[in-house]
Amino acid sequence: MDDLTVYGLLLLQGAWVTAKITAVASVVAVFVAFTTGILRLSPNILVRILPTTFVEIFRGTPCYVQLFWVFFSLPLVGISLDAFTVSVLVLGSNVGSYGSEVVRSSLAGVARTQYEATVALNYTPWQRFRHVTFPQALITMLPPAGNLFIDLLKLTPLTSLITVSDLTYNAIIVRQQTGNTALALGAIMIGYFLFSTFIVWCIRCLERRASRGMDVGVNAR
Amino acid sequence: MSWDWDFAWEVFPVLLEGLRVTLWATTLATILALVVGLIFAMAKRSPNAFIRLPINGFVEFIRRTPILVQIYFIYFVLPEVGILLPGFASGVIALGLHTGSYMSEVYRAGIESVPRGQWEAARALNYTKLDMWRRIILPQAIPPMVPALGNYVIFMFKDSSLLSIIAVPELMSMARNIGNDTYRYLEPMTLVAGLYFAMSVSAAWFVRWIEERRDKRKLSV
Repeated sequence: MDDLTVYGLLLLQGAWVTAKITAVASVVAVFVAFTTGILRLSPNILVRILPTTFVEIFRGTPCYVQLFWVFFSLPLVGISLDAFTVSVLVLGSNVGSYGSEVVRSSLAGVARTQYEATVALNYTPWQRFRHVTFPQALITMLPPAGNLFIDLLKLTPLTSLITVSDLTYNAIIVRQQTGNTALALGAIMIGYFLFSTFIVWCIRCLERRASRGMDVGVNAR
Repeated sequence: MSWDWDFAWEVFPVLLEGLRVTLWATTLATILALVVGLIFAMAKRSPNAFIRLPINGFVEFIRRTPILVQIYFIYFVLPEVGILLPGFASGVIALGLHTGSYMSEVYRAGIESVPRGQWEAARALNYTKLDMWRRIILPQAIPPMVPALGNYVIFMFKDSSLLSIIAVPELMSMARNIGNDTYRYLEPMTLVAGLYFAMSVSAAWFVRWIEERRDKRKLSV
């Protein structure tokens, strides 16, 4: 019984680290997705070239390779980051690169007449983004973004391979110390499932909120 | 420490040996995923709730838990119930089941896109169930879903790097071994990233080419 508490606590600690990585990397991912997504809409090829290369590299290679590359190779050129920071930056950039396409296509999908209306109304570019393009693009963005957040959660076990003591890392410790593989791995599978389900639920709430704003707009007409 | 061309040339043939294993694993897992995906898709359409609901739950569970934990689970837990599989086979099964679960959604959409009249015609002409699927439904359902299936194969190709955690001598594990032996990660990791990148980008081009050809043919009909 005592063992169960000790190992249970270890798994809970791991779950907390996994939650932290997911949360911080999500912020990085949203930042990467929006900066690269918006820059890639530029008509100027010189502006587009850097974010496009960044996105293509992160989408064209496995996240595992990216983690190892950054963790083991950056110290050689004098940049040394701890495993948690590397994890958050790499997972965020990886998922953000997939998100870049979501941001780009949903912003490009907003009707051209909306853009013309803002020009006619003398909106500044920021006002146009904040009040017209973004709220409309958000509705198309959210469902694929939800899938990407789940993908992000499902990438977090990779960080255990560069010594971050996340849920998977601690489950492997429990497995080695108790010899009960099925229980340790089964428990974290259920943990990840509940976590994903929670993310799905959050995104549904956000979707409802984002489209509620739209209904008001339509009704007000 | 900086980039060493001689060392890079020295390790390159070893990496190519790993790439061969990676391609084998991807090919076998693709075949498994295509079959499993179709079976899941059919089961999800079953009128019998005892078939439909468990399969639905299973697919959803696989889609919401990390592939890395699934690989560990198959590799470590199956031997406990008496199924001893070598790393390669466990890895192929994990990749195939994971990707097959995603593909089942693609199949479902493809099957549902076959017009109602085709199903009715098959019934009117007294086709057996097998013949209806083999000669009427699947030949029309599968071609439109080739690009989506192709994209999942590319994802799986990148996910196959995870097989290195269960000691399959594929591309990533070759690079890790070289790194462990020589304390040089920069060259092998960069080369591996380059190989994954070259393969997945050319595969993505190929998928896009198929997609464009398909769309063109649709227009000409």
